[in-house]
Amino acid sequence: MASLNVRAALLSVSFLILALGLWEMATQPPEALTGLTEYEMLMGGVEQESRVPPPSAVIKLAWEELSNPFYDAGANDKGIGIQLAYSVYRVLTGYLAAMAIALPVGFLIGMSPLMYKALNPYIQLLRPISPLAWMPLALFIIQDSDASAIFVIFICSIWPMLLNTAFGVANVRQDWVNVARTHELGPLRTAITVILPAAAPTILTGMRISIGIAWLVIVAAEMLVGGTGIGYYVWNEWNNLDLASVIFSILMIGVVGMLLDLALGKAQKLVEYKE
Amino acid sequence: MSKSFLEVDGLSKVYPDGQGGELTVFEDIRFALEKGEFVCIIGHSGCGKSTILNVLAGLDEASAGNVVMNGKEVKGPGLERGVVFQNYSLLPWKTTLNNIVFAVRARWPNWSKEKVKEHSERYLKMVGLEHALNRKPSQLSGGMRQRVSIARAFATQPELLLLDEPFGALDALTRGVIQDELVKIWEETRQTVFMITHDVDEAILLSDRIFLMSNGPNARIAESVKVDIPHPRARATIFQNPAYHKTRDYLVDFLVNRSGSALPEEDGSPRLVEPAKGAAEASSATTESETAARAVNA
Repeated sequence: MASLNVRAALLSVSFLILALGLWEMATQPPEALTGLTEYEMLMGGVEQESRVPPPSAVIKLAWEELSNPFYDAGANDKGIGIQLAYSVYRVLTGYLAAMAIALPVGFLIGMSPLMYKALNPYIQLLRPISPLAWMPLALFIIQDSDASAIFVIFICSIWPMLLNTAFGVANVRQDWVNVARTHELGPLRTAITVILPAAAPTILTGMRISIGIAWLVIVAAEMLVGGTGIGYYVWNEWNNLDLASVIFSILMIGVVGMLLDLALGKAQKLVEYKE
Repeated sequence: MSKSFLEVDGLSKVYPDGQGGELTVFEDIRFALEKGEFVCIIGHSGCGKSTILNVLAGLDEASAGNVVMNGKEVKGPGLERGVVFQNYSLLPWKTTLNNIVFAVRARWPNWSKEKVKEHSERYLKMVGLEHALNRKPSQLSGGMRQRVSIARAFATQPELLLLDEPFGALDALTRGVIQDELVKIWEETRQTVFMITHDVDEAILLSDRIFLMSNGPNARIAESVKVDIPHPRARATIFQNPAYHKTRDYLVDFLVNRSGSALPEEDGSPRLVEPAKGAAEASSATTESETAARAVNA
């Protein structure tokens, strides 16, 4: 009996082959049963309506795109690598800015019940707002589409980090705080040597949720602001009716999203502890 | 009266009872500890033992009264008073060694890294954990964790060591082994120790004096029982000493029959009792008033 992992891998691959096979079969162009009409001959065959491209076409395109991902042939023709790099850059900039605000403010809210009560209504009000709803206001105030996209990322990734930091800090076990107190640690050293490591797993959970949301939102934001980025790329290829490129970029969005999540998952492992 | 090392004067704790009134858990607690003494405090649950210990530690505030150590009033926690908590309170993200290093560095911030490490390792060796330096608390058994916690407290060499029922969560065998270790460390260091326990045998093995608390609410430290058994003591042989049984009978009698009504002296200080001394033989036939009278005379 092969190990669970081997069996799972075999099953995964079979599912993939099955799905690709069904997709390939479903997207074959119909055979011309009778001779072509004069009109059809004029148009170059029976294929009139655009159909979803078969996986073979997508794989062929993926091969081409990935073998030269960073080419730049003008505003509307850049390699997939460049487009993804723009998106990742926007996500990370907005995300880091959100971190710079959310962690200290979260600490403050978590440490002080007064601040928690004072700020909580605003957080609860602002949190459910779709980040894209901020876009018009951002565009008007910032007057720059790139910075507006970054702002939208900032505003959507701040809430999970803020709330998780506050929750983690507020729920540090009183015993550990007492250990800091009996060893006469000052507030700053207590925060750094006891509260931060104690709350780190909860904080990292918030950061992981945030990066996931940020990556979801960047696609939509870039569809709106245009210019560069993977979201713009998807929309642009849709306008070109190049569905193979659309499907390919959907897959790439998934791959990058997964990598971002994996990176934070690794970071989470580093700060985890067992009681 | 000469000043003692630690003086506790008129301590009381009052909580709101949830119905608009007040609940006095304990009141007018008075006692003194001398340097180098090992004192245990026994009482039924709810009499406020842990609160008294937390007040001594500076982690909790009393509603009235004060604590003076070395002529200075205790306000807030401090490194001159070390605490061993019942649930160990080790920092789970640090290794065994780093848990001690954390405390030693806080105590002597100017020490070099090597000196801190060497000092910490010495104390871990004292509790027999030199093989587990790099393990996390989650990889240790309950007994080993409590050893680390004890090593941490002793390593900072506090003037007063407060132990809050340190063996309460351990099985009987482990408890015995660590009690022996505590006896050994204490013989070496002669720290002043104030310890809460529910275990009469443990109290007799370890202490010079045992405080008996009456039941809460309005609990008092009613009696201070002298344990007249010479050091060094050992768990395996202590029961051969006749004073052991007399002391034990006296303690059990108090906890079973008298803890509800026992009162301290008129001035609020605990009645001094020496159950193992000469005629002071506690028998089950004595009435409460006789026992109390003898306690006064003792």
